[in-house]
Amino acid sequence: MVNTKVTLSGWQIDNPVIPASGTFNFGKEFSEFYDINILGSFSFKGTTQEARFGNPCPRIAETPMGMINSVGLQNPGIEAVINHELPEMKKYFNKKVIANISGFSIDEYVHCCEKIDKEEQVALIEVNVSCPNVHNGGMAFGTDANNVAAVTRAVKAVTTKPVYIKLSPNVTDIVSIAKAAEDAGADGISMINTMLGMRINLRTGKPIIANKMGGFSGPAIFPVALRMVYQVAQAVNIPVIGMGGVSSAEDVIEMMYAGATAVQVGAANLVNPYACKEIIEDLPRVMEKYGIKDLNDIIGKAFKE
Amino acid sequence: MYKRDIYTIAENKKIAKDVYYMTLEGDTSFITAPGQFINIKIDGLYLRRPISISDWDDKAIYIIYKAVGTGTDKMSQMKIGEKLDILTGLGNGFTIKQESNNPLVIGGGVGTPPMYNLTKQLIQKGKKPTVILGFTSKDDVFGEEEFKALGCPVYITTNDGSYGTKGFVTDVIKTLTGYDYFYTCGPQPMLKAVAMATECSGQLSFEERMGCGFGGCMGCSCQTLTGNKRICKEGPIMLKEEIKW
Repeated sequence: MVNTKVTLSGWQIDNPVIPASGTFNFGKEFSEFYDINILGSFSFKGTTQEARFGNPCPRIAETPMGMINSVGLQNPGIEAVINHELPEMKKYFNKKVIANISGFSIDEYVHCCEKIDKEEQVALIEVNVSCPNVHNGGMAFGTDANNVAAVTRAVKAVTTKPVYIKLSPNVTDIVSIAKAAEDAGADGISMINTMLGMRINLRTGKPIIANKMGGFSGPAIFPVALRMVYQVAQAVNIPVIGMGGVSSAEDVIEMMYAGATAVQVGAANLVNPYACKEIIEDLPRVMEKYGIKDLNDIIGKAFKE
Repeated sequence: MYKRDIYTIAENKKIAKDVYYMTLEGDTSFITAPGQFINIKIDGLYLRRPISISDWDDKAIYIIYKAVGTGTDKMSQMKIGEKLDILTGLGNGFTIKQESNNPLVIGGGVGTPPMYNLTKQLIQKGKKPTVILGFTSKDDVFGEEEFKALGCPVYITTNDGSYGTKGFVTDVIKTLTGYDYFYTCGPQPMLKAVAMATECSGQLSFEERMGCGFGGCMGCSCQTLTGNKRICKEGPIMLKEEIKW
């Protein structure tokens, strides 16, 4: 028997596999494919204060071994999430979830986090300061260490649950931003959000995505994500949830070697709705193959003495 | 409910310019309505390719697709016996309107395929559909004999007049009377023209670039008069009255 249980800020989950926000909606669609209670948890659709439709279509483009999205934080708004999505979720998911919160101002982050903090179904709050698809917000916070610190401090002041800051890879020095979040009181780091990317339609010569640029994800970005997790995990003393192109049990283990305590799976869910189920079921076999008895033993092995 | 399964190509033949007919043997039990689509994984490409279902029976799904890009080009090269990973049960599909007895069924180009099973079901339910199929040119025309064999009037239009009526599907609609509803699938300008050319209500099938095809990513959302809808989940079929043109 191998141990796949890991702990994020005192919250123990059965395995480190967590569908990433924006690729799993509120879980219901996936529960029509399999019993999603096998997941460690999942991070629900990025939620803002008001309901948002998001960006015009096309919102999706394909890349070699990946995809670009420019959904633009379509969500029903925090009130609808609390009054409708969370009660509905109880019907198909009996574990606690990660609440992914986005905003366009510090006040908005504070408002949403304060509200979601009261929900017993929520285990931890993932504060998205890194959405590449919205103007005047999201990533604007995530690319500046002072802004990240300010959001973190403001949110920590109104919450009791652990707060993880989800960072953008579209920066010069992600380590300094992670450290700013840690210094401001963050309980953990989630990384990486999508990379800013683009595709052009060869017939028209114009960008495929209506918003021109979008968030690049999928296996193509895995080495970048892995490198950044490796850099940040050894620079901070708080847990890191690693993500970016993770598609297999091997990727999960590699990400944990790089320093991740848990791992999120994003784009893979969209291509293969059973991706997380298959990763979880395959994890013990891959652990045994590499002589791993307990996942906790391998976290950060890549940089530890 | 959805199903992912492995399907075997039993047929893959060219039926018009760049247009192919493919038979996929496997489980069809999750398909519930005409107008639904399947999402096909193609080796070497990251995202699946959504393709509408033309027809299905107990043992196979029949699709008609146009080779217009990397994915469909690869499909056109596939051989009998090859296996494909496919999601089925996707999309809402057409709902047959009980009150309508004389509907128009209008297909444009590769929007024609889903209208085939729909027409079949309409006839089985005792309706008297009139079929109008629009194409660019004679080389693009397919399906005429198959629709006629179902036992309904079929009009063909081509933009350049090289076959059938010269012009657009709406040029035929203008000459018809007595219809009480419509079902349509085709390029968006055609859908709009059909909606404007008809006084009755109807159902229209839309398309959009998709991420997942089952409602997980919000990649294909649109705004309607009845709220936000995902083309892949609450669509692809929408009612004329709810569309914001």
